[in-house]
Amino acid sequence: MTRLDVLDTERCVGCQCCMFACARRLDVVSLGLSCIGVRSAGGISRGFRVVVCRACEDPPCAKVCPEDALRLRKGGGVIVLTDKCIGCGLCQQACVVGAVFWDHRVNKPLICVQCGQCARHCPYGVLGLTKGDRPGALAGASTAEKKAADAAQ
Amino acid sequence: MLPNDPLADVLYVDLSKRSFRVERREDLFADDLGGAGAGIRLLAETCPPGADPLGPDNPIVLTVGALTGLFPLASKTVAMFKSPHTGNLGESHGGGRSAIAIRSAGLGAIVITGASVSPVWIAVHGRDVHFRDADTVWGMTSLFTAGRVIRANEPGAGVRCIMRIGRAGEEMVPYACVTTETYRHFGRLGLGAVFGSKKLKALVVSGDAVIPTADPKVYKRVYKEIFDATQSDVMRKYHDLGTAENITPLNAIKGLPTRNLLSGHLPDAERISGEGLAEHYLGRRVACAHCPVGCIHIAALREPYSDDPYFYKTRMIGYDYEPIFALGSLLGIGNPEAYLRLMDTVEAVGLDCMSTGVVLAWATEAMERGLVSERDTGGVQLVWGDDGPYRAAVYGIVAGENDFYRALRKGAAYAAAQYGGEDFALSFAGHEMAGYHTGAAAHIGFLFGARHSHLDNAGYSLDQKALKSGEPVAPEAMAKALVAEERWRQVLSSLVVCFFARGIYTPDVICRALACAGYDVTPGDLEAIGRRVFRAKYDFKLREGFDPSAVTFPERIFQTPSATGRIDRDGFAKALEAMRAEVLAD
Repeated sequence: MTRLDVLDTERCVGCQCCMFACARRLDVVSLGLSCIGVRSAGGISRGFRVVVCRACEDPPCAKVCPEDALRLRKGGGVIVLTDKCIGCGLCQQACVVGAVFWDHRVNKPLICVQCGQCARHCPYGVLGLTKGDRPGALAGASTAEKKAADAAQ
Repeated sequence: MLPNDPLADVLYVDLSKRSFRVERREDLFADDLGGAGAGIRLLAETCPPGADPLGPDNPIVLTVGALTGLFPLASKTVAMFKSPHTGNLGESHGGGRSAIAIRSAGLGAIVITGASVSPVWIAVHGRDVHFRDADTVWGMTSLFTAGRVIRANEPGAGVRCIMRIGRAGEEMVPYACVTTETYRHFGRLGLGAVFGSKKLKALVVSGDAVIPTADPKVYKRVYKEIFDATQSDVMRKYHDLGTAENITPLNAIKGLPTRNLLSGHLPDAERISGEGLAEHYLGRRVACAHCPVGCIHIAALREPYSDDPYFYKTRMIGYDYEPIFALGSLLGIGNPEAYLRLMDTVEAVGLDCMSTGVVLAWATEAMERGLVSERDTGGVQLVWGDDGPYRAAVYGIVAGENDFYRALRKGAAYAAAQYGGEDFALSFAGHEMAGYHTGAAAHIGFLFGARHSHLDNAGYSLDQKALKSGEPVAPEAMAKALVAEERWRQVLSSLVVCFFARGIYTPDVICRALACAGYDVTPGDLEAIGRRVFRAKYDFKLREGFDPSAVTFPERIFQTPSATGRIDRDGFAKALEAMRAEVLAD
């Protein structure tokens, strides 16, 4: 399956069209409801940081969820099961890149679903959908080991 | 407009009382779309007739528009105030993240009145308003440093705007600007001085409001249409070289004001052109929020320290057409590094670069002619092309070092009235010229533009069309074309659509976009809005004493041939007459 990747942050102009595109997926217009964060890297003169979900193979956010509300997505990342989520915020604390965003209207996490709408609205090729494995937590593991890891979740 | 749209919410802040309130003003935003339309009404309401521009009564009005946040390039904030530079209507448009931030805070406008006793910055995060002690950042040499400190002390990274002033604003230099997101400005008519008069160092705004749409499906369709248009060739010139692209063609037609308009042509302009700067210095391009075009061009200037080998500093310095004209060609500066150094100094103190360049150009010629000596300038020898003395003079202006610099603070016309050289003080009705000596339309348009900006009606464009067709424009036709263009631009600036996107936002597209925001308007309605907003601005100008029959302009424009040839005095006088009639007509 495809997953979202930050291909080159140096090309980012900070227009935030990706953030608006992400929110439109939910039929809303708001920078506060985006699963992407674009911010300056210590002042605009230094360019930008682009925070998106890394689609971890063995996601820390899911590991800490006390309600199993983050289902592993095939190909990496998670799907938020909102009816299970209690809004505790542990997932947000567990993500070291800060890619778990928050929907304050319902007090639940907003996490990238790897749909690629943002990439389609990035005129500069900062974001893209990529296919195939990348070195992750389970790189080098056998199929049986991966299955075991899956089962352990 | 949609009944649940927070756009109609206006935040009123009283700095004297350190209090605030939010008032729902659908009357402003339903009728006039926001931006310039809502802004001029708020200004007329809140600014008492005859108010002292640097007194507590003068309000700062900031507005955004109905399409802000919803569609790309509706990303400008309109600032309205009474100008300390001209004593009349002050209107300035700035981009960066300002408009999206105000809209995201769940607001359509912010009105700041009163004055603080001690330095303060205002932080608006959604509906929370904080008054922060700004004593520590007041008086900092560089506005960049102050910005850094404020950044470290405020939430909202990534979605906030930080509008701030430099030393020039604190010192109330009447052409001080307000800088937002380091590289965008509310320039020209002295908003920075108005901030300074209120002891207001900065305004931080952020939020995460949801902006409603009438029908998400239709909205997405119209969005795609407009977004795709931004990726077309229409926007290419802003995207590739930025506005600096205009240096080469303007220089080629001898319309690039050079050495205080002693000429319209700078022989080595190639080096400070869009092409030259891009090839050797362009280090980064950035965009305003919700604008995929990315017209902001930033040069990387790497320079050695003279006292320590292998020790360098690298600065990131913005450039655009107008700053290159004002701090480059107009001062005879064709060396890009000299231009960039001067630009960096002007940015650090927070002066309007255009007025600064014009003032320094007058001073240089005055010195050349012996009207001003080194005794006046405190030993600074202003010479065409030399950035060192110019940078010293900039600090002299900001500090108000002596009588001479205090005169320069008040603009080119005032300085010339004290020292002589009125013929070549490039001031038009008290405001320093823009970078176009293309013909009569550029100057007439600037003189009568309601917000006193060359962008009001783009007279330079009219001149260039005449040059291409070889058909001079008759005075009446010129006046009519200028005012018609300006009326249309009131619609764009009420929507706060960037003028660069005027080719995309046609009346038809605007109506469909507005339907997504719950507005039922026709192209005819838009025309009526444009007319009404233009009228309202002129009403304010006349109320505050603008006399259309007493506008002043320098003799120099008749002496140096323009792009369309020597400007004919009689034709100019007739065009002035026609323009007076046109701006006063309903």
